[in-house]
Amino acid sequence: MQIIFDKINYVYSSGTAFERHAIKDINLTIHKGEFVGLIGHTGSGKSTLIQHMNGLIKATSGHIYFNGLDIYDQDYKLRELRSKVGLVFQYPEHQLFETSVFKDVNYGPKNLGLDKLEAEVRTYEALKMVGIGEELWDASPFELSGGQKRRVAIAGILAMKPEVLILDEPTAGLDPRGRDDILEQISVLHKESGMTIILVTHSMEDVANYVDRILVMNQGSLVMDEPTKTVFSRYKELEQMHLAAPQVTYIMNALKQEGFHVATDITTVNEAKLEILKELKK
Amino acid sequence: MEMIKVEDLAFEYIRRDEDGNVESINRAIDGVTIDVKKGDFVAILGANGSGKSTLAKHINAILYPTEGIVWVNGMDTKDDKNLWDIRQTAGMVFQNPDNQIIATVVEEDVGFGPENLGIPSKEIWERVEKSLEAVGMLEYRTHSPNKLSGGQKQRVAIAGIMAMKPACIVLDEPTAMLDPDGRKEVISTVRTLNKKEKVTVLLITHHMDEVIYADRVIVMNEGHVVMQGTPKEIFSRVDEVKSYRLDVPQVTELAYELTKAGLNLPEGILSVEEFVTALNQLSR
Repeated sequence: MQIIFDKINYVYSSGTAFERHAIKDINLTIHKGEFVGLIGHTGSGKSTLIQHMNGLIKATSGHIYFNGLDIYDQDYKLRELRSKVGLVFQYPEHQLFETSVFKDVNYGPKNLGLDKLEAEVRTYEALKMVGIGEELWDASPFELSGGQKRRVAIAGILAMKPEVLILDEPTAGLDPRGRDDILEQISVLHKESGMTIILVTHSMEDVANYVDRILVMNQGSLVMDEPTKTVFSRYKELEQMHLAAPQVTYIMNALKQEGFHVATDITTVNEAKLEILKELKK
Repeated sequence: MEMIKVEDLAFEYIRRDEDGNVESINRAIDGVTIDVKKGDFVAILGANGSGKSTLAKHINAILYPTEGIVWVNGMDTKDDKNLWDIRQTAGMVFQNPDNQIIATVVEEDVGFGPENLGIPSKEIWERVEKSLEAVGMLEYRTHSPNKLSGGQKQRVAIAGIMAMKPACIVLDEPTAMLDPDGRKEVISTVRTLNKKEKVTVLLITHHMDEVIYADRVIVMNEGHVVMQGTPKEIFSRVDEVKSYRLDVPQVTELAYELTKAGLNLPEGILSVEEFVTALNQLSR
C-alpha cells in the first residue's frame, strides 16, 4: 500500500463567496508498481487530487498515508515526499529554463544535495530512460521539437528517482507519433523499474492501451475505481460524465446489436481484430 | 472563387546572434501551393514541426512569405494596405482558450472585436447575440468566462471571431486542451458555422477523428504538402499516413488490420456505421 487516501476533502476559498468543494470524501489505495489511469472532464477535480499526492495541496479534512506514514504528521518531511512522488505538470516543457539539456535535467538532483557525480549519473540515466540521445545533451532545450522538449522535462523529474510518477496530460498537443513514443517510453519505464505510474489524460484510447486500472472523477467525487475493461463497459455512464469509451468499444457494441456474437468489453484495436476474426471464422 | 490561394509559398525562420549575423536558417515551409474555395471545410494534418501553424499564420498576415504569394479573398497579404481587411476576412482561433478571452463577462468578450472595428453599438449587440447563438452559448451571455468549461470557453472565443463577420476562420489545434465532450462541442460548432453561415473553415488538428467531416484534407510534412484528398482518399492510405507521424481513426485502423488478415472490406472506412454495414454484407 504505497498511497492511501482516507476520507479526503478539499474546499477552495473556504468561508468566502467563491467557496467550492473540489474534492469530496475520497478513499483510495494505490499499490506499489501499479499503472493507473485517471480520467474525468475538465473541472472534475483530477488535478486537485494529484496535487494532494505530493503535498502541494493540503486536504481540508482526512488523512493521506505514504508508505504507511501520515504525511500530515508534524514530523513528516514533506520535502522527502516531493522527491519520492514526482509530478509532471501539463505542458512541462514550459518549465525548461537551463542553457543545455543536460544542465536542465541535472538541476533537480543537484538540488537534492547529492554529490556531483551521483547527480550526474542520475542525469545520464534519466535522459537515457526517455530516449534523448547524447548528441542532444549540449543543445539548448529550446531548440528541440515539442516531443523532445517534453521528454527532457519528464527526465528532469525522473532524475529525482521518484517512487511514484504522476503525469498530467503528458501527450496534449503532440502529434500521434510523438504521443505513442512518450507513452511507449513510460510503459517501458514502468515495466523495467517497477515505478508506480499515474496517468492523467483526456484520451480514452491512451488509457485503454496502457493501464490496468482506471479512476474516474466526476464533480469532485471518485465515481469509479475498476479494471480498465469494466470502466469502459460502463460507457453510457461515462457519457453522462462528459467522457467516452474508445471508438472500438462502440464498434463492438454496434456489432453485437446487429446480431454478431462478439464480446463488448473490448478496448483496443488488436483485441477487436482478434474477436471479429474469431466470430467470422465460425 | 478562391477564399485562400497560396502559390509556391516558402517561409524561413532566420535566427541571428547578438550582432545581427545570421546563425541559422530554418525553411519551415517550402514550395506550398494550396487553393481553398469559398465555403470549403479544409483540414490540415501534420506532425509537430511540419509547418502547418506557420502556414496558418500566413493566412491572416501574422507572417509574410519569404517567397511566393498568399491571397486572401483576392488580397495579397504582403501588401500593407490590405492588412486590416485581411485580418477581418480571416479570423484565427488558437489552442488555449484562456489566452484568448479578455473580458470578465461573456458578451463583453464577444463584443470586444467589433467594438475595435468601430462598429455602432446597436449593431455590436446584434452581432454579439447572433454570434453567441451560432455557437450555442447565448444562455451564458452574462456569465463570467472563468466559470465555463474548456469547450465552452473555446466556443466563446469562436463567437468573438464570428462577431467580426469573417468570411473565413482558421483554427489552430482548437481542441488540443479539451476533454472528449469539449472536443465534440467545438467540432460540431465549427461544422454548423461552415454549413449554416457558409464560413470557410481551415482546421488544423492532431485528432484524426475530427477531420472526417472535412471536404478536403491536406497533409503536411517537413514544410511540404505531401497528400491532398477527401478524408476517405487520405485514410485509405494507412501506411503512408503513418509514415508522416500521423494516425488514422480507430475504426479505419481496425478495418485495415482486418483486410490485412484476409477480410474483403472496402478501403477508407471512416465511421462505426460504415464498418458495421460492411461487416454485415461480408457475413451474408
